[in-house]
Amino acid sequence: MPSHNPLANRDRMKIQRQHMPEQDAVERGHNFKEVNLGLPEEVAKIEAQRCLACEKTTCITACPVGVKIKDFVDLVLAGDYIGAARKIREDNSLPAVTGRVCPQEDQCEGKCVLAKKGSSLAIGYLERFVADYEQSTGQLGMPAIAPATGKKVAIVGSGPAGLSCAGDLIQKGHKVRVFEALHEIGGVLIYGIPEFRLPKEIVRQEVDNLRQMGVEFETNVVVGKTVTIDELMQEEGYDAVFLATGAGLPQFLGIAGEHLNGVYSANEFLTRVNLMRAYQFPEYDEPVYDCRGKDVIVVGGGNTALDAVRTALRLGARSASIFYRRTEAEMPARKEEVAHAKAEGVQFHFLVNPLAFEGDEKGWLKSVTCSRMELGEMDASGRRRPVPVQGSEFETAVSLAIIAVGTTANPLVQSTTPDLATNKRGYIVTDADSQKTSKRGVFAGGDIVTGAATVILAMGAGRNGAKAIHDYLTTDVF
Amino acid sequence: MFRILRTRALGRNIKLFEIEAPRIAHKQKPGQFVILRLHDRGERIPLTIEGSDPKKGSITLVVQSIGKTTSLMNSLEAGDVVLDVVGPLGKPSEIRNYGTAVVIGGSVGTAVALPTARALKEAGNRVIGITGSRSKDLLVLEDELRAVSHETFVMTDDGSYGEQGLVTKKLQELIDSGLKIDLVLAIGPVPMMRAVWNVARTHGIKTLVSLNSIMVDGTGMCGGCRVLAGDKSKFACVDGPEFDAAEINFDVLIQRNNMYRGDEKRSLDKFLANPEEDLKLMRDLRSRADAERCQLETLEAAAKREVSDAVA
Repeated sequence: MPSHNPLANRDRMKIQRQHMPEQDAVERGHNFKEVNLGLPEEVAKIEAQRCLACEKTTCITACPVGVKIKDFVDLVLAGDYIGAARKIREDNSLPAVTGRVCPQEDQCEGKCVLAKKGSSLAIGYLERFVADYEQSTGQLGMPAIAPATGKKVAIVGSGPAGLSCAGDLIQKGHKVRVFEALHEIGGVLIYGIPEFRLPKEIVRQEVDNLRQMGVEFETNVVVGKTVTIDELMQEEGYDAVFLATGAGLPQFLGIAGEHLNGVYSANEFLTRVNLMRAYQFPEYDEPVYDCRGKDVIVVGGGNTALDAVRTALRLGARSASIFYRRTEAEMPARKEEVAHAKAEGVQFHFLVNPLAFEGDEKGWLKSVTCSRMELGEMDASGRRRPVPVQGSEFETAVSLAIIAVGTTANPLVQSTTPDLATNKRGYIVTDADSQKTSKRGVFAGGDIVTGAATVILAMGAGRNGAKAIHDYLTTDVF
Repeated sequence: MFRILRTRALGRNIKLFEIEAPRIAHKQKPGQFVILRLHDRGERIPLTIEGSDPKKGSITLVVQSIGKTTSLMNSLEAGDVVLDVVGPLGKPSEIRNYGTAVVIGGSVGTAVALPTARALKEAGNRVIGITGSRSKDLLVLEDELRAVSHETFVMTDDGSYGEQGLVTKKLQELIDSGLKIDLVLAIGPVPMMRAVWNVARTHGIKTLVSLNSIMVDGTGMCGGCRVLAGDKSKFACVDGPEFDAAEINFDVLIQRNNMYRGDEKRSLDKFLANPEEDLKLMRDLRSRADAERCQLETLEAAAKREVSDAVA
């Protein structure tokens, strides 16, 4: 394909990385509107000109779903934004989502040649620009759909892994139905990631796009309870099943006082606010702890912890703090989110670890006792293990504590599917390449296989699963 | 959307609903519950299933007006629809032949206890039913309880019906009469369940209780329903809702159930002051469901015509 870039490489490298316009930090700390505002068209075109269109596309190799970055950026340069959207959609069913929430710095942008010479191409911004353009025009850059195969696939869970798998399988001509336990489609994109980072309208539009492509959705079905996998395959005629049920049960710290009123899991806090819109209580019925004027701490250092603390801030907390037992360098959260949180006024307390929560006589949280930590030897995760500093305990007043230290496998599907092998931590065992489980015709991917990870890794697993299911349906038994 | 097929007033502010929910009806076992959400702005509330009719594809729920959602629910009639019903959730009751089982229902708790009582009887247990409430107008499903029990006692706090006194008084009498009780199942308000356990424990009688913790998703994802069981945290939605009373910290349960008391009152007051907003949401939902059904029927009729044309 001839490049549409008018500039010589030397000139491309002279252009600075374009900035993402964002809502004012003070103002946004009090509302749930999206922080990033998106690149204007002319800025997107300038940014696209920075692409060196490398022979060896290390950016694509670093993308878990293999988006053809070089090609879509060139289509942006040509002004064919719908074409660019179609190009992205060949590999990525949710570009408006990934353009917003992918940790690009660790993936495509991290491997961009420009990164070594200053700052990488803003691939995430461009992806978001293309996806938003597509949505704003109402024209779907819909990829071609293969003729119907007559095969039926059930997808369990409508989060990123399930949606990505559905998007790929529908293109191959299979009949696809997605089952969701909650009342709204999107999984973690709906209940987990807040409005200010990923507007729910964006998710709804992406889901509608899949619907337009022919994907069917059924909410209020807890597979393993409402219907079992065997029933889906034997009674409802599904030829294959993809399990994408997500990370599951929240972990607590296992310390005293965790049953006090005012101690939440991040899952509960975020689900109440995001899925149930508790920030609009009493217009919406589901309540959440009234943070106004209160001191809130969030324990943890990942994206979920940052989502929770920034949500508490927006709900009117007097102070909203991260308590993390390692240092900023070890935080698994996206760098942009950390920067945004700091700008909004979130306080970060590193090298602290809660030991106990204390409550008042009515059982409401009033304080937390913590220990200061220091980094010791390397642990299994390759990070230095935090160890308590002797005699460093301190108590601090707090009204709401949100625990965001990870999740464990939800056993609902596995417990009613005895021939589905799980590992000792309860996650589903799959063949690394094909996402095949121990049960014939059943595949799995996303957090229920890997444990909690990122949206894009789950989408990659969804793609792999779709490919394996397609192979299975077209060659294996039939 | 889930259509209400039938309603029946059971007592003051207590109503039975038969709801079309084929998937749930096929899978429901005694002791399990559903999570229900009335409309687009609604909260998710857990309700234990009173029974199901797999042939008809329906489940029955018994609802007492307590907060906003239950009050709105109880204004609905046959033909109305509710937006979301998901289940059956939780572990089914552990049914086996214990010997003699005393099943105690506190007001609407009796509805929840019924399917388990029936299953216990079918498993060969001698079932003694005790149903109790503050007064006669809060007593529900007495006849149904009699039908599944070998012996039934009715208690009211104020003596307005049956025998005057608490359910624990009757349980104590049964124990004092020398009856060998192998299992107590107590379902009702937390203070009642705790009181029953306090009687049963002194005689070493195994006691099961069904917990009404606050829930959101009902599948183990949020942990909001966690109860302190021994020194461990358990989730009422996936580990329960039935637990051995011996392991439950009732004080913590009561404390956690009070967490949103202020919000619940605010929500209820707002609804009572101006119910129209919510009633309209329910009417709109019904119109939407009617339109969808109409569309479906038209499609089916067209498909039938096509078939008969092809045959002709």
